[in-house]
Amino acid sequence: MLVHSRKGRWAAWAVFFVLFLPLFALPLLVIVAASFSTSWSGAFPSGPTGGHYAAATRGESLEALTTSLVTAVTASLLALTVGSWAALAAANLKKRGKAVLDALFVLPVAVPSVVVGLAVLVAFSQPPFLLNGTRWIVILAHTLLVTAFAYQSVSAALTRLDPAFEQAAASLGARPGHVLRRVKLPLLLPSLNAAAGLCFALSMGELSATMMLYPPDWMPLPVQIYTATDRGALFTGSAVAVVLMGSTLLVLLAVSRIRTRASYR
Amino acid sequence: MASTVLKPREKAPDIPPPGRARTVPGPLWALPPVALLAVFFLYPLALVVEQSLAPDEGGTSLEPYAEVFASEAFREALGTTVWLAVGSTAGCLVLGFVLALVIAFVPFPGGRAVAKFIDVFLSFPSFLITLALLFIYGTVGMANGLWTDATGAATGPFQFLSTPWGVLLAEVTYFTPFVMRPLLAAFSQLDTAQLEVASSLGARPARIVRRVILPEALPALASGGSLVLVLCLNEFGIVLFTGAKGVTTLPMLVYGKAILESDYPAACVVAVVNIAISVGLYGLYRVVSRRAGA
Repeated sequence: MLVHSRKGRWAAWAVFFVLFLPLFALPLLVIVAASFSTSWSGAFPSGPTGGHYAAATRGESLEALTTSLVTAVTASLLALTVGSWAALAAANLKKRGKAVLDALFVLPVAVPSVVVGLAVLVAFSQPPFLLNGTRWIVILAHTLLVTAFAYQSVSAALTRLDPAFEQAAASLGARPGHVLRRVKLPLLLPSLNAAAGLCFALSMGELSATMMLYPPDWMPLPVQIYTATDRGALFTGSAVAVVLMGSTLLVLLAVSRIRTRASYR
Repeated sequence: MASTVLKPREKAPDIPPPGRARTVPGPLWALPPVALLAVFFLYPLALVVEQSLAPDEGGTSLEPYAEVFASEAFREALGTTVWLAVGSTAGCLVLGFVLALVIAFVPFPGGRAVAKFIDVFLSFPSFLITLALLFIYGTVGMANGLWTDATGAATGPFQFLSTPWGVLLAEVTYFTPFVMRPLLAAFSQLDTAQLEVASSLGARPARIVRRVILPEALPALASGGSLVLVLCLNEFGIVLFTGAKGVTTLPMLVYGKAILESDYPAACVVAVVNIAISVGLYGLYRVVSRRAGA
């Protein structure tokens, strides 16, 4: 306890909430409020309606939602596979080799995502790989961006893993493949789940690289929100944003439930 | 007791695991993911560098660089990017420190819920903040509405949204949690007995913060701050949603040159500059955070 006087404590809490509520809680509340209203000219929104949700859950917007979900799930699964493979391989390397792999797989975070988008656009609009105009170019860019996070979290989990389990299994005659399948992966499951949730959330909200790449028939939710607000449809945009936040939270919740079940083992 | 527990662990590496000889050696396992990364990430990056050296007239020269560096738009974007990033980082550090301090050392019921809320906040995309600010500080938004209702004036005083200050506010809001998380982790390791001792010796809270808490928090502040600096330099969504013609940052310039103007060599030049700044700073962040043990 830093502040002992009752008055001082109340003052500290007052400062906290005066800063915290308008900066962090208000924006999310405002988006939710706007998604239910028809106009906002003045202190408070007016004309309560559920109409924006009707618009946000059919036609173009529904398509954008499925596009985003398919992209995020595919990118997360690919990133998780490649990322954890790389992290597992790196853990077996000598110090120098691990440092090189660490640097390589962290690079996509350090490079601005707009530039990742530009690079993918430049490289895959020309032979030998012609992906421009297809959905795969968006999925590829998302995979690249989230692989770094998958690698980092699996790599961090591996360093915390007690090597005794692996060595005990190996000394009992288990082959490396068997050790990986029956010992290491089950122990890594909670962090793999956490990484999956992180990758999914990042991919759902990805805008920078997507803006550089998306073909007209593969428009994820963030782009949909941008085009809606850009043409002045702020309230529809807010409803779509609430759909984006809601679906991200639902999937994160589901993933965290798997995690708690896995950690009981 | 301890030695009997430790012994097998020390011994274990000496026992050759059976079947090791017949399996693929370790380094080869690293090849498939590295090959994938090379094809899908390193090769595209190399192409960007190559294109930045290839002017429209053909051949290879540094001419695109000279052209871009000479342009007013680029220099302005570079300046805006740097001051916005530095300003936002400073704001995030101050705000994050104050908020984390209250959560950690002046605990209140619901503090855990607030920490959880911050985690949730981090999983949302950044542009939502700008979207929300449009309703709060927009020309006909909440703040201006309250003002005109109260004073009867025709327009409110909040007209900063389409200026760099609007971007700054959005970035400080969005990135402060990135500072708070490492700070809260660092504070949870701080021995509260130190605070009790200092305060029983008569130190005022301000002095305790300055002499006890701040030195402990410095590594976390440094690593959180440098991460936020890189993220702010590369932020695109917030600037795009602001929709202000007056605010152009390097990522916006890359987007504008490539998608709106189809001037790929120039876009690639800006991209290379952006990569250099951001990878350099990110390397610094990794060094700092490793030293901080975070």
